[in-house]
Amino acid sequence: MAYNLKEIVAKKPARFTAGHRMCAGCGAPPVARMIMRALKEEDHAVVANATGCMEVSTFIYPYSAWTDSYIHTAFECASATCSGAEAAYKAMKRQGKLPEDEHTKFIAFGGDGGTYDIGIQSLSGAMERGHDMTYVCYDNGAYMNTGIQRSSATPHFADTTTSPAGKVIPGKMQARKDLTEIMASHHLPYVAQSIGVNNFKDLYEKAEKAIYTEGPTFLNVLAPCPRGWGYPTDMLMEINKLAIDTCYWPLYEVENGKYKITYKPAKKLPVEEFLKPQRRFKHMFKPGNEWMIEEFQKEVDKRWQELLDLEEITNK
Amino acid sequence: MGIRERLSGNEASAIAMKQINPDVVAAFPITPSTEIPQYFSTFVSNGDVDTEFVAVESEHSAMSACIGAEAAGGRAMTATSANGLSLMWEMIYIASSLRLPIVMSLVNRAVSGPLNIHNDHSDAMGIRDSGWIMLFSENNQEAYDNLIMAHRIAEHKDVRLPLTVCQDGFITSHSIENIELIEDEKVKEFVGTYKPEHYLLNRKEPMAIGPLDLQSYLFEHKYQQAEAMRAAKKVIADVSADFEKLTGRKYSFFEEYRLDDAEIAIVCMNSTAGTTKVVVDELREQGVKAGLLKVRVFRPFPAEEIAKALSHVKAVAVLDKSDSLNAAGGALFEDVTSGMYVNNVNVPTVNYVYGIGGRDTTAKDIHGVYSDLQEIVKTGKIDNPYRYFGLRK
Repeated sequence: MAYNLKEIVAKKPARFTAGHRMCAGCGAPPVARMIMRALKEEDHAVVANATGCMEVSTFIYPYSAWTDSYIHTAFECASATCSGAEAAYKAMKRQGKLPEDEHTKFIAFGGDGGTYDIGIQSLSGAMERGHDMTYVCYDNGAYMNTGIQRSSATPHFADTTTSPAGKVIPGKMQARKDLTEIMASHHLPYVAQSIGVNNFKDLYEKAEKAIYTEGPTFLNVLAPCPRGWGYPTDMLMEINKLAIDTCYWPLYEVENGKYKITYKPAKKLPVEEFLKPQRRFKHMFKPGNEWMIEEFQKEVDKRWQELLDLEEITNK
Repeated sequence: MGIRERLSGNEASAIAMKQINPDVVAAFPITPSTEIPQYFSTFVSNGDVDTEFVAVESEHSAMSACIGAEAAGGRAMTATSANGLSLMWEMIYIASSLRLPIVMSLVNRAVSGPLNIHNDHSDAMGIRDSGWIMLFSENNQEAYDNLIMAHRIAEHKDVRLPLTVCQDGFITSHSIENIELIEDEKVKEFVGTYKPEHYLLNRKEPMAIGPLDLQSYLFEHKYQQAEAMRAAKKVIADVSADFEKLTGRKYSFFEEYRLDDAEIAIVCMNSTAGTTKVVVDELREQGVKAGLLKVRVFRPFPAEEIAKALSHVKAVAVLDKSDSLNAAGGALFEDVTSGMYVNNVNVPTVNYVYGIGGRDTTAKDIHGVYSDLQEIVKTGKIDNPYRYFGLRK
């Protein structure tokens, strides 16, 4: 059945509800809501959430924005926590302690801090062990919850509170870690990179695939942060569009080792179109700093080409 | 009437876990507790249990997975030692604050650094304020028995706290001693099935656990944890009484060994109590009225009961197998003496830090402590209450 946003919204009530306290213009809530919508209505879910913006804004005692079961333990261990719940499910199902014909799906959410950095060990471990769960990273490219400190997902040259653009050092001096590729190297049945664009078709379809592929699956979803990135709150969807049209954030999936780029812009825009509206890259546009944009563009081009090559090689 | 066997402390613990048949065991190897998950994974591989064994990549993930499993509605168990427990530390507090009755076998070993794999109690003392029930075991039999009693205590509706069973690394974990096991069916009946009131996998009533808990509520939630720990005393007593009916083996908050008429007494935990009993017997033969108070239930701490049990003696030595590095005394010493103080028991009491990093504790050492106590009784003087034995000068 072809994707139709209106139908999905009408037929599938939100399982991530209004009333949460995430910022206006934040990319994460629509991502969480859409991913939860990808669940079959009859299925129950256990959500494990790493400490971070999403957790502290959606489950402030005694209120919760989640209609499914939800557990938060700590920052670095959403994967391990989720894997424990999944293990209990398996054992209890095997012993007939749970109804046979009812299904629970396991989904972990973490920001880039809880996923790329402090949580990577726990994530790698849970994925390698083969738990039937989906890990979703909502990547906003810095530790936003504690006030915009750099993470290994922070793009090159970005101005953050621990990689400030100063007189001598112009922002973060390292390029971004490519976590999606690291997860693909775990040889999982399904790994994908997505974003909220075009009525969320890409995200919904990938989420559905990830959740209903047996075994460990991973989704990396770019989730812009108006405070950390410095864009007007009403510009979220435009920023998302620019991220994919510049190929800064390619949309692709790796299904049993086969790469498929799910969006190839008809006209690949220069990366400065993505950088320009954001305060964190402002210093790159000062006279004399053109080299920074050039270097950034080179990195984007290189990674995009690698991806095109991977798609070709794995589909031979 | 029981099954007579010869087992190490680790084997006995693994067999207890097999008989308990938990839903999930998540563990990471660390000396000297490694054998417990090893033995247990063999039970899993051979289909002797229904358990899902999660071979996690760290102890932090071991405790995280136990939390996930227990919150999901299953019974979760783990085993660890020393640095493994240190790595779990963050999750140890979270497990108790989420009121999840996880049961952990803790094979006591010195916490780094520098690195040492041998026994002392520095690992256990690191979690003494974490909201876990802590039971100590003199030998393999007690390690086994305490594990069999663990779930009944931890899961009780008035308690709902995680519980750890301690035993001394190598001294108990690797020594093979006689043991009396309980028949599988009897254990199954005694332990019962876990029926949590709320759990993640109950789709009829989805739940959220682990909130951001701010100024308006955290205090009350912590108070509830403290209440649960206070309530655990009665539950431990009740479960121990039931256990005695089943096995004939009597367990209290602490064991009093020839303490009734004792004039001098040692307070200690775990395997040192075995050595101390030998010395008490020797002294008694010489007409010296020596006694022992072996603490089994360290958390909740039976302060009033201990104070009462020591009220008639003339001098007490509290042995701490971990130095608190606070310039005031070890953890057990501070708990015992403050318990005595608030219960108006004024007995001269000294502290000995001993056995650090597996330094051998001999009968001669214990004799030395009793001699010191006799001297204190005679002179009525304590020069320095914070002492060491077995320390090279």
